[in-house]
Amino acid sequence: MGSYFDGSQPGPFGGDPRASGRGQGASGGTPSGFLGLQTSSFTDFLASHSPGLLPGRVVPAAPPIPGADPDPRAPGQAIRDLPHATTIVAAVCDGGVVLAGDRRATAGNMIAKRDVEKVFRSDEFSGMGYAGTGSVGIEFVRLFQVELEHYEKMEGRSLSLEGKANRLAFMVRGNLAAAMQGLVVVPLFVGYDEDSSQGRIFSYDVAGGPYEEQRFYSIGSGSLFARGALKKLYTDGMSADDAVLACVQALYDAADDDSATGGPDLPRRIFPVVATITADGFRKLPAAEAAQVAEQVIRERLANPDGPPAALRNG
Amino acid sequence: MRDKADYARKGIARGRSCVALQYAGGILLVAPNPSSALHKISEIYDRIGFAAVGRYNEYENLRKAGVTYADITGYQFDRHDVTARGIANWYAQTLGTIFTESPKPFEVEIVVAEVGVSPSDDQIYRITFDGSVTDEPGFVAFGGQADQVSAALKERYSDDMSLSEAFAAALAALSAPGNGERPEFAAAQLEVAILDRARDHRTFRRIRAARLEELLAGARPAPAAEPAEDSSDAAPSGTPPSGTSPSGSAPSGTGPGSSTPPSSGGPSSPSSPSDTEPPTGPAPGGSDRGTGLDGGSPL
Repeated sequence: MGSYFDGSQPGPFGGDPRASGRGQGASGGTPSGFLGLQTSSFTDFLASHSPGLLPGRVVPAAPPIPGADPDPRAPGQAIRDLPHATTIVAAVCDGGVVLAGDRRATAGNMIAKRDVEKVFRSDEFSGMGYAGTGSVGIEFVRLFQVELEHYEKMEGRSLSLEGKANRLAFMVRGNLAAAMQGLVVVPLFVGYDEDSSQGRIFSYDVAGGPYEEQRFYSIGSGSLFARGALKKLYTDGMSADDAVLACVQALYDAADDDSATGGPDLPRRIFPVVATITADGFRKLPAAEAAQVAEQVIRERLANPDGPPAALRNG
Repeated sequence: MRDKADYARKGIARGRSCVALQYAGGILLVAPNPSSALHKISEIYDRIGFAAVGRYNEYENLRKAGVTYADITGYQFDRHDVTARGIANWYAQTLGTIFTESPKPFEVEIVVAEVGVSPSDDQIYRITFDGSVTDEPGFVAFGGQADQVSAALKERYSDDMSLSEAFAAALAALSAPGNGERPEFAAAQLEVAILDRARDHRTFRRIRAARLEELLAGARPAPAAEPAEDSSDAAPSGTPPSGTSPSGSAPSGTGPGSSTPPSSGGPSSPSSPSDTEPPTGPAPGGSDRGTGLDGGSPL
């Protein structure tokens, strides 16, 4: 009996070099799929080997049954009712960058989940958050994490920060067909650039990118309010601690005005997820530390519900 | 068939042997390798390392295939579902097929090691050019002079060695007569890596530069004290190297104190600072090195 593993049967691991348009590679007629299918991009490998595993793969709609009433609600409504992730903010700080996200996922006008995490480590010196369809976003994050690690292991070096940002852009564009059907995911990518020793922010749209952002940025349903808040709170060269506080303040303002963004949940002890990326690498704030920042914001807002006022005149 | 096997054996015997062995904090891999760019030892996955001897292009090809196998398995299922056993099986199938069907066999010998939660969960597999795979508890020497190196390693190996003790044992084994011409190793001629049990996420770390020099300095006095060490090593015969699998549950019986480590004459004691110092590597990091999807609820 053959098995997947010796390549004598097609399967998840056997691969089919003919279908992938590649030859058997340098190993010369070896029967095993992987030996002929070596690329430093895991996404490219998946696309040729198991395209069904790529995120946002849309199954072609079944042909309509003749005579049946077409349901005007489907499939748009079904997709709108999927859980959606909401607001992510990022701000460059002294020697790094801060990334923070609220914890709410919404399905239409309902709250789908209160304790969602949308801020992730993508590798040692970068992180990402996403807004849009949660299920596709999770796959995106997983794929991107494997993509970066795969490259690192195959090539023995890490991608440059721009390389990582560009790689993510291709992946977002690969999801365009699904996005057009409503499965929209937009990431926000941040990282510490080891070459220039500073934090950098990259944004995307559904067709790809990346667009490098200066100082701070925000995506998702509450992004307008968060960006407005950051505009008043952000100062160049602020410390990482201050940038964390500014991001949590901005998320509070977003939750204040956007119903899809969740504010700090004191009774349930659910607070925004905050991560800093510096020369020391990616660091997600422990729950206690994030809670402390959020509680400080709430305490101050008890006296001043709209948050710290910005100076009206410069100087 | 016999011609093929002889051909492969001869090809492998041209290079020097390597060793992989358990120590208290994980698994140590040591290979004589003058190149700092063309690796014999590499990372496959979170807890799995790879070491090979033989033709570089062939084992590099196998390494990349193994990384791809591991990454797609982990992506498709979960990171915990990638095991050394699965990868060793895949290598065995691949090498076996190549050996029987290809006119030229691969001239390689591979070790796949996985560090477990406790020493008893550690796994070391050795896969030879014809696809035969063996489970090697505790330690393994592989390559052309595997027998001599293995015999030397067996003398010095004991359960729950510290990293410096394990390194001294590995170095002594690699210096066994017959394994290359130069018995003395400098840092530039060694490739050393560990699978660090205490780390989360990616446990593979290369040991380079200053840290390697430190380990070497700790291991060097060992040959001078060799005659005395050998007799004392032979004394605690209750710790046969082959019976290492149950040792993880009861590590206290065969601690570094009971069997005199080869490095005890040197400045490096069992509590050498080199064991606790953060390892050097491409990606330092602490407990935050999770997959990112493990904390909280990922929607």
